Amino acid sequence: MDTNTEALMPPLSVQAEQAETPADTERRLHGDLAIWFFILAELLAFGAFFVAYAFTRAHNVEVFNAQQLGLDRTSGAINTVLLLTSSFLVVRAVQLAEAGRSRLAARWVAGAFACGAGFVVVKSFEYAAKFAAGVSLSSSTFDMFYLVLTFFHFMHVILGLVILAALWNGARQGRYRPDNMNGIETGAAYWHMVDLVWLILFPLVYVMR
Amino acid sequence: MQSSTRTAVAHASAHGTPERAATIWAILIAATMVTWTIGERGEAGPAVAALLFAIAFAKGSLIILDYMALRRAPRMWAGLVLGWMGLVCALIGIAYWKGLAA
Repeated sequence: MDTNTEALMPPLSVQAEQAETPADTERRLHGDLAIWFFILAELLAFGAFFVAYAFTRAHNVEVFNAQQLGLDRTSGAINTVLLLTSSFLVVRAVQLAEAGRSRLAARWVAGAFACGAGFVVVKSFEYAAKFAAGVSLSSSTFDMFYLVLTFFHFMHVILGLVILAALWNGARQGRYRPDNMNGIETGAAYWHMVDLVWLILFPLVYVMR
Repeated sequence: MQSSTRTAVAHASAHGTPERAATIWAILIAATMVTWTIGERGEAGPAVAALLFAIAFAKGSLIILDYMALRRAPRMWAGLVLGWMGLVCALIGIAYWKGLAA
């Protein structure tokens, strides 16, 4: 595992000092243990959907490829950028809370919320265009997968926004401090999971052919 | 509050530095542009699919290890989440290959 880790990180080697792998005794899970079990359960559910899509596609390659052309890749890419940026802003907020600057962290959480809300707006326009074009759960197998996969993810974004709003409120009240990081780390871990899942969904459904 | 600040210094940066987080963000955005370009050009085939999921795996690894801070968690956790990502990508690859033969 460590060999892999190192191989993935060459451009950042200059910052190796900060990235140094800690000793076993210093290792700890950031965020509540319960959220990590929840994240694993969510990843399994998304994984099952992704694999089901891929194997169904294998039997209908031409149909899937033709229908995929109708998807709005640009709005998918914009949404990827919004989620990645949102994740980055949450990392900054966690870093600021860890540095004892909870109220400043609230502003970064607000930025992350705005990006997440941007995702919802872009996706809503995408859905509106699809529905206007007659796409529904029963219009084709590809459409069914497209709607179920993206909507299942969409619901996770909505829940993520509720969590970010709670984090914003907590950070604004100065609740997160170096000795009280559990809340913000727990919310952040969930939000990164939402991002992580989209990183597979986008190439799988919108681009791979 | 002062004691908290002292704790922060002692407890190092589990979440890396702002510079590192920003560098990772820039890499993730650049990689997204590559994926989007592949899609807009309508590139297809096994090599392209392999590239797409190599990019997805690399992006996911940065999120998992750095943004989720699993680099500093007990090794099992990074192993579980990276293992999930690797397994899903591998199964998608197998399905893609099956689709070629069909």
